[in-house]
Amino acid sequence: MEQRSFLPYLRTISLRVSDLTLYLRQVLESDLLLQDVWVQGEISNLSRPSSGHIYFTLKDEGASLRCVIWRSTAQRLRGNLQNGMAVEAHGRISIYERDGQYQLYVDSMRLTGEGWLYQEFLRLKARLEQEGLFDPERKRPLPPHPKVVGIVTSPTGAALQDMLNILRDRYPLCEVIVAPAQVQGDNAPLTITAALRAVCRQNPDVVILARGGGSLEDLWAFNDERVVRAIAECPIPVVTGIGHETDFTLSDFAADLRAPTPTGAAVAVSPDRDDLRRELSGTIDALAAAFGSRLDQLTGDLDEATYRLDHLSPLRRVENDRQRLDDLVERAKRAQKHILALRQARSQALAGRWAALNPLAVLQRGYAVVTDTAGRVLHSSAGLQAGQDVHVRLAEGAFDAQVTAAHPDQPHP
Amino acid sequence: MEPTAVEELSYEQAFAELEEIVRLLETDSKTLEESLALFERGQALARRCAQLLEQAELRIRQLTGEDLTYEDED
Repeated sequence: MEQRSFLPYLRTISLRVSDLTLYLRQVLESDLLLQDVWVQGEISNLSRPSSGHIYFTLKDEGASLRCVIWRSTAQRLRGNLQNGMAVEAHGRISIYERDGQYQLYVDSMRLTGEGWLYQEFLRLKARLEQEGLFDPERKRPLPPHPKVVGIVTSPTGAALQDMLNILRDRYPLCEVIVAPAQVQGDNAPLTITAALRAVCRQNPDVVILARGGGSLEDLWAFNDERVVRAIAECPIPVVTGIGHETDFTLSDFAADLRAPTPTGAAVAVSPDRDDLRRELSGTIDALAAAFGSRLDQLTGDLDEATYRLDHLSPLRRVENDRQRLDDLVERAKRAQKHILALRQARSQALAGRWAALNPLAVLQRGYAVVTDTAGRVLHSSAGLQAGQDVHVRLAEGAFDAQVTAAHPDQPHP
Repeated sequence: MEPTAVEELSYEQAFAELEEIVRLLETDSKTLEESLALFERGQALARRCAQLLEQAELRIRQLTGEDLTYEDED
């Protein structure tokens, strides 16, 4: 630095204090180093009057420096300054003329060592943890098949579109309610908490709180105490998807489930349609199996009846009919096998199964089911009247018919 | 009790009824016509589920000004 030696020229001049101080100020302010400097030290004598400006002294073992942070700058600073903090302050050196005090006018600060925001994050986290906001017992299970999914996020962000795409693909059966919020900036905590409450009034089954990736500062709203408390108080399970895999916010800790990303959150709340297909397919199998085994039972009953008829009836004329009955039993069994074979051979596609699974497979063999006009299956011609309307169902289609004559005495086959 | 037309059932409702029918067929000794009726109902429900699964369109609604209040609530 250039040495300034102006005092010799001034020795004989008598100056007013104001003039000298103004002169000193101009000297300091014309020095480039002093107008753009980082200063390291420890905070002491911290004072935060109601004006919103912040005053403190930066000290080390050998010296101290008065510092000022104007209110406009103070508002931009995140985190709490505390006495004893080791910091680096950036700004310019000038003189407060009234007190003849040179000082650092701070425009930004950082913690030496650990990051500033991180320090704040840890402090708030410890406090809320103490309160039990992050307790594992508080975590609620997510509904397996949500009908309505609430999403709190920026309405313009890519994150929202990503999530909607996932839901569209995996689980289009649900309805989505989007509650728009600002996800960064000073108003973010307020709009996020309002959106959370608003979406809960719509009574969704689950709520996603999401934001795409960004810097630690961008994600800071999700470390805001108001947001964290709103999540903890939310009557509906909340899933967070904030930033990237590596980002952890206090909102994540308070949520019922933390997903690594917005997309991950959408996956977490939605069952996969493929899983549903498999589940449905299994249930259809069970339906066919249950019906098949019921048919088995009925066939067995028929066998037994045949046997008894054969042995108990003194009438040899049933011999003839017995052959028909054997045939019928055989066909019923084949129909049964047919159903089982179809069940095993079914393809992945659900469509196209329906015809194959027709419960009336027995009818394919040429039998018909006759019902009366009330839809009751007719087992006996006793009680039928000539001229009565009946409905006949065939393997393919059906037709209405009229009874011309009833023969209730005709022997049972 | 008159069963609801399958077209009016949600996926969850249709699937729950389908499971109930399977249970009934497995545990109760129904007559042939009852079993047949249950099976047919079950098929209709399964078809409804499959249709919903394949044809559903995601419905999206965005909350607007009157739903959202930004005043500082405590």
